Formats: sequence, structure tokens, C-alpha cells
Amino acid sequence: MTTLPTPAAGKPATTRQAAPEAPVAAPQQYLTFRLGDERFAISIQSIREIIEFPGLTSIPLTPGFLAGVINLRGAVVPVIDLSVRFGRAATEVGRRTCIVIVEVETEDGLQALGVIVDAVDEVVDVEAAQIETRPNFGSGIRADFVAGMLRLGNRFVVALDLDKVLSAEELEQMIGIAAGAQPG
Amino acid sequence: MDLSAARGALVQESRELLADMERALLEIESEGITPERVNAAFRAAHTIKGSAGLFGLELIVSFTHVMENVLDRVRSETLRLEGSLVSVLLRCGDYLGRLVDAIDAGEDDRDPDPSGRDALLAALRDVLGASSPAKAVAVDAPEARVEREPAGPGAGNEHWHLSLRFGEDVLRNGMDPLSFINYLSGLGTIVSLYTLAERLPRADSFDAESCYLGFEIDLLSDADKKTLDDVLEFVRDESEIRILPPRAKIAEFIELIEAMPESRQRLGEILVAGGTLTANELEKVLQIQARARESGGEIPRIGEILVQEHMVQPPVVAAALSRQKQTEERRSTEHKIVKVEAGKLDQLINLVGELVIASAGARLLAERTHQGHLVEALGEVGQLVEQIRDRALNLRMVQIGEVFQRFPRVVRDVSQELGKRIELVISGAETELDKSMVERLADPLMHIVRNAMDHGIEPVEERCMAEKPEQGRLSLHALHESGCVVIEISDDGRGLDTARIRAKGIERGLIGPDDELSDAEIHQLIFAPGFSTAAQVTNLSGRGVGMDVVKRSVEALRGEIDISSRKGAGTTFRIRLPLTLAIIDAFQVAVGDTVFVIPLDMIVECADMRAPEGPQHIVNLRGEALPFVSLREVFEIGTDEAPRPARESLVVLAYGQQRAGLLVDRLLGEFQAVIKPLGKLFTGVRGIGGSTILGDGSVALILDVPSLIATCTESQTTHAQAFGGLLN
Repeated sequence: MTTLPTPAAGKPATTRQAAPEAPVAAPQQYLTFRLGDERFAISIQSIREIIEFPGLTSIPLTPGFLAGVINLRGAVVPVIDLSVRFGRAATEVGRRTCIVIVEVETEDGLQALGVIVDAVDEVVDVEAAQIETRPNFGSGIRADFVAGMLRLGNRFVVALDLDKVLSAEELEQMIGIAAGAQPG
Repeated sequence: MDLSAARGALVQESRELLADMERALLEIESEGITPERVNAAFRAAHTIKGSAGLFGLELIVSFTHVMENVLDRVRSETLRLEGSLVSVLLRCGDYLGRLVDAIDAGEDDRDPDPSGRDALLAALRDVLGASSPAKAVAVDAPEARVEREPAGPGAGNEHWHLSLRFGEDVLRNGMDPLSFINYLSGLGTIVSLYTLAERLPRADSFDAESCYLGFEIDLLSDADKKTLDDVLEFVRDESEIRILPPRAKIAEFIELIEAMPESRQRLGEILVAGGTLTANELEKVLQIQARARESGGEIPRIGEILVQEHMVQPPVVAAALSRQKQTEERRSTEHKIVKVEAGKLDQLINLVGELVIASAGARLLAERTHQGHLVEALGEVGQLVEQIRDRALNLRMVQIGEVFQRFPRVVRDVSQELGKRIELVISGAETELDKSMVERLADPLMHIVRNAMDHGIEPVEERCMAEKPEQGRLSLHALHESGCVVIEISDDGRGLDTARIRAKGIERGLIGPDDELSDAEIHQLIFAPGFSTAAQVTNLSGRGVGMDVVKRSVEALRGEIDISSRKGAGTTFRIRLPLTLAIIDAFQVAVGDTVFVIPLDMIVECADMRAPEGPQHIVNLRGEALPFVSLREVFEIGTDEAPRPARESLVVLAYGQQRAGLLVDRLLGEFQAVIKPLGKLFTGVRGIGGSTILGDGSVALILDVPSLIATCTESQTTHAQAFGGLLN
């Protein structure tokens, strides 16, 4: 705990070397991270970068899952608190808190979004055989948020369907409702 | 060459040219015919034909060819451009516009309106057929005499003589001189051909894509002048081209020699060598010229001599001169404007924005080192960067005239259709606003203008009875006002019928029968969805779709729309839009640790104030009762997060006619803010208009003052009670 792990810099480098020799059924790469005590994974294809937790500017009158906005090299990027989005308590910022910058598709093209996670673990190669279809329940989050279950060693990790979790349409609607519910 | 890019350019250019043509035709109709206007229309048709020819767009070429013929007749004054022909030409422009749209969509060979095309072509040919036999011959004849006088002081022989000096840009424009010469050789026999390489620069300044060559060609051919002219049609504007008929007059050779850039002697030699002139004749030509020079002191222009000697009719010279002038004018504007893809501009602006922030960050770091020189140097860099930013942002600004320019046509067509007489007055067309907004303004404005013409301005008889001028007046006016762009659309028509709107509102269940509403509130009803009071539904408007759509599109641009109307006197719509992408002078305030930014021009003054107690949110500002809101309360910033200070500051905001106070913890001072839009995700958020990045790299939110004031005034009472109650 003395040094902050640099998952973005260290891990992908090793996995990137593996990529060229990828066989026909290329293993997919996933980033695993922690929210509270739980582990989740997202496909690295939608990840643009991972940054240390910077200062956030919160936006008044918006629902709790919208933690605020950050300045990402001149672009103002909204940041989502995944924990709140999954119906849990707001993330407490700690030493290992990171923001994963992802890109999601919207009607107007790719939109960059930040996602607060408690800690980033590693990037793992996952063979197609290691991916189980999503269960109807039991993962503890909304079923449509789950893309599949990754079998990593002897445990299962929920792989998230980011297009659903961060659906621009749904988020926009929720923000609109929250703002519209205010007096005035 | 990237063909798709070139096609994009073709589409773009054609659209601009069509707009030019439309403007010229409308001006001809409203202000009378002038050579410039006719030429502008002709040039548009001609250039579109030329560019389309390069891409083999047969549908356009064959159509513009006929238009060009008609306009050419008009230009040579053998055909009169009258009302009905203007209408036909305008419709031709519309049709071409549709063809261009089809090309833009990648459907080159699809005719969007075959029957319309046939009708227009028939109309054009009618005009041509009616005019050509009688008048054209009458005027062509003297011209022919000038060119081909077999008797008299003739010179040369049976050859056509062509002097071609290709413009430097012909190759770049896709024209190869060689192909012209090949084509000429197909029309007859090239007796002699001299290549003039005098214009070739030194090797170090030689540009491989430029054309430096000129040619003197003698051609034995039965072709007439028109055919030869047509061959060189596409390079005519940028090149120097002279065509002398067989047995041309000596005077014409003088002119030729005078006009060409090479030395007289050299040119003379070529002419003699090519057998066009005999040595004797050359001698004579040069003598005449020399005599003229001696006698006048100043060299009289060849054109003038010719006119004096009644060799050429004045209009011919005038036409030639005006043509020359126009070519020059066009060249100069081409040099002034560089077309850039909008996407490239956005990238540049984004980068410059990052540069500003990075340089501010570097400056902060330097200040911490307390090294004077470093701070100073970085300060200088920072200033330069800010200048670059200002310029870069300006690149995106375009004049609102781009939207306004389509209205003269609309007003013309609609007023004819309705049988009303309407004059359109446009002012403030040079007002600039962001390009993306200009594009999205067109539709809402169109709705309002059509509505005003259809429902606002009365028919002539009704106007006469009301003792108004027969001609209705519709005005479009744009101006900058306190950091916004305001567009006013006014008519002097009958105004909104309050009673009827009210009745309709009750009928539609929008208001209760007993509601007491001010006139202004009743006027607002026309923005309700599905609201229409038109007694009869016309095909222009009155279907009840429109005003609600207008309101929504204006709001989507974060703008507002107001109506003011007096019965019998007219209606004015006022659209107020922010300059989205722009830097603004801004003022920073803070609540707790959170910084908010207010556009400076919305602020009237600031005052120190004790934290209010009780439910009243009205402050006595020098005798004026000023309603205020506390930003802390509006944005629900709790006291645990940021304890409320004992003394707060009141920022007095003004927006339009309304004033309101905004209570904040601290005032931080002025700065320049680059507005960063918050994105679609935040469309629903009230009270926040955008964001900006502060010098330390953190994001601050820009307050949307109009919506804050609306919060203030609309629900002052409920607000005060709700929050006042909480505080107590």
C-alpha cells in the first residue's frame, strides 16, 4: 500500500506483447477492478485510459450516480460513480481510487465518460471458453448490466456491459428527471 | 487528386453559386437590371456547367447549357429579362439545387424531377426560340462585319489566328492546354503553332503545377467563331484568349499585339512567320501604333481608337471592359477566402483550448519557483496563446446573413402565392454568431417568416381599409446585446388576436375559462403544441405545427423567444441566443469551495449583505424591491459541506427587462472564460449553461442566468416559502 500501483502503465504493456501472436480464437482482454469488496471486469476495448483520482467538480441538482465532471486535458468529461449506479453507497475516495476513462457509443458518436472505481487490479486474457453467459439473477446488479461471467481461476467475475451501464439515453433521462423534480 | 473531396468542393461551390444567382435574379426583379447582376447570374450557370463537365455530370451540363444560352442572350441584350423569365430562372436554380443535392447524396444519374426539368427546358427554349431569329440576327450582323470585312484594309489570309495565354492555374483547375490544342486540331488543320515560353520563371521558382506557356496558333478551319469560342470556354476566365477571324482588320492585329504580354516585335515576328501577316502588313501595324503614341503623348487605348473610328460599337467595348473588371474582382475575392473543413477548425480550437490551460498551469508552477524571468517569459507566452485562442474562436463565427440571404426569395414567392405585397427589410446581417447555430436557426426563422406573411400581414384590401400602406413590411434584424445575439422578426400586420387565442386556448383546454391572463401570457399560448388559430388552413402554415417546434428548436440552442404584439399594428418575435462557442468575460463567485462563473455582462452590481433571515427573499436595494435567490439554496449546497458565512455577497443580475439578486458566499473577481459545453447528458440541468476550466485546471460551472432568473421570478413566492421554511 505504500506505492500506488500503476495498472494502466504496467499491466497492459505485458499483455500487449501477447497480442501479436494471438491465435484464431483470440483471447479477449479485460480490466478487472474493485468496487467495495466486489470485483468486476470490463473489456479493455472501450477503455481509453486510467487516471488517478483528480479533484471533481460536482454538478448541482443531479442524481447521485453523477459524481461530477473533470478536466481531461481540456475536455470536460462527466464522471459516473458506479457504486451509486449499482444502488450502493457513494464511493469513498481512498488512496487507490481511480477514474477509468471509457468511451461509449451515443447517437452523436463516441462520448468519453469517467467511471470511479475503488481500485484497479489487472488486465487479464480471457479465452472464449472462460466466458459464461450471464445468469438471470444472483450477480447483485441489474441483470442487463451484466455481459457475462468470467471464470478466472476458481472464481467468477462479473463482466459489465458498459453500453447498458452507461447508456447515454438512460443517464440523460435520469438527470433530466432529477433536475425537473426541483422546485422552480 | 482525391475525387470525393473534389466532389464535395463541387457541391459546395455549386450551392454558393446558386445562392449568388438567386440573389442576382431577385435584385434584378426588385431593383432593376444591371450588367453586374446579369453577369453574376450568367457566371453562376457558366461555372456550374464547367465544374460539372469535369465530373461528367451530364444532367447538370445539359441543363445549365440551356440556361447559359438564355442568360447570354440577356447579357448581349438580345433578350429582355422580364418577370416571367426571372421566375423561370429562379425555378431553374431550384431544380439545379435539387440536382446538386442528389450529387451530394452520391446519386449522380438520378434526376430528382424529370417532368419539372422538361417543363423548365421547354420554357427556356421557348424564350430562346422567340428571341433568336429576329433580334439576334440584327445584332449579330454588324459584329460579323467588324470581324470578317473582306474588303477594306484587310490583312492576313484564310487562317483563323488564335492567341492563347493560359492562366497559371489552368492545370490546377483540371484543364490541360494540350487537350485544347488537340481539340482544335480536330476542327481543322493547324497551319502553324508557336509556343511562347517567355513566362517560364527561373528554375528555382518554377512550380510544376503552374502553366506558363502561351501559344500562337494559325488554324485553317470552316468552324465559325462561336465554335472556337466554345472550345476555349472553360479557360476563358483565367486565360488571355484572342481569336481573330480570317482576313481580320489590321486594327484587330494592333489590338492583339497591344494586349499580349510579349514584346511587340516578338509577336509581330510570329505573326509574319505563321503567314498571318506579311512583313509589309506588320510594318504598317507597328507604324499606326507608333503614330498614335506620338500624337497623344499618352498612349490612347486601342479600344478608344477603335470606337472613335467607328470600327466597334460602344456597347461591345463596354461589355468587354466590364467583363475584364469582373474577372479581376473575382480573382481578388478568391485570394481573400480560404475554405476550410469545419472539422479541422474544431480540432484546432480544441487544441488551442488545451494550450491555454496548459500555459496557465505552467505559469502557476513558475510563480511558485519565484524566478522572475521565468514568470515573465511564461506570462508573455500566455498572452500570445490567449491571442491565438481569440483568433481561433473567431474563425468559427459566421455572419448571420448566411441565413438571412434565403429570405428574399421566400418572401417573393410566398407573397406572390398569397397575392399580398410584402417588402422585406434586412438589417444587421453582418452580426456574427457561431457557425453551428447559424445552421440550426434556418428552420425556426423560416417558420416565423412564413407565419408572419400568411397570418400577420393582411391582404391589400384589408390594409387599405385600415389605412395602412398597401405594401406590407417584414423586417429581419440581428444585433449583439449583452453577450447574446438577438434576432427580431417584425411585421406591420394585424397583430395577434388576443380574444381569439384566448378562446382557442380554452377550447383546447390549455387554460381555464375563468383564468385571468395578461396579454403577454395569452400570446405565449401560441407556442403550445397543436395550437393554431388560422381560420383557414393554407398550404403555408396554419396546420398548428410550427410555433411549438420553433420554440423547442430555439430552446435547444439554449435561447429564448418572446413575442410582443399590438392589435392592428403588428407582431415582433424576439429570439435571444447565447454565443455558445465563445469566450466570455466572466465573474467568479464561490459557494463554500465550489466556484461558479457568471457572464459579466449579466451583472449590474455587487453588494455586501448580511445573511437573510426569515422567509422573505426581497432585498431593499436603494429603495427598489429586488427579489433574490440564494445560490446555496437553489443548488442545495448543504451547510455541512460548506458552512454559511455571516456576511454574504449579493450579485445583482439583469437579463432583458428583469432584474434579480443572487446570493453567494464570496466574490472572486473577473476573468476570461472559454465556454466548454457540458454535453448532451446535461441538457436537462437547469441553471447551468456550460462549464469552463480555471487556471488551476479544475472545472467551474457557468450559471445560466436567464433560467436562474426565471426560477427567481416565476416561483418567487413558493420558493421563498419553501426555503424560508426550511431555514427557520
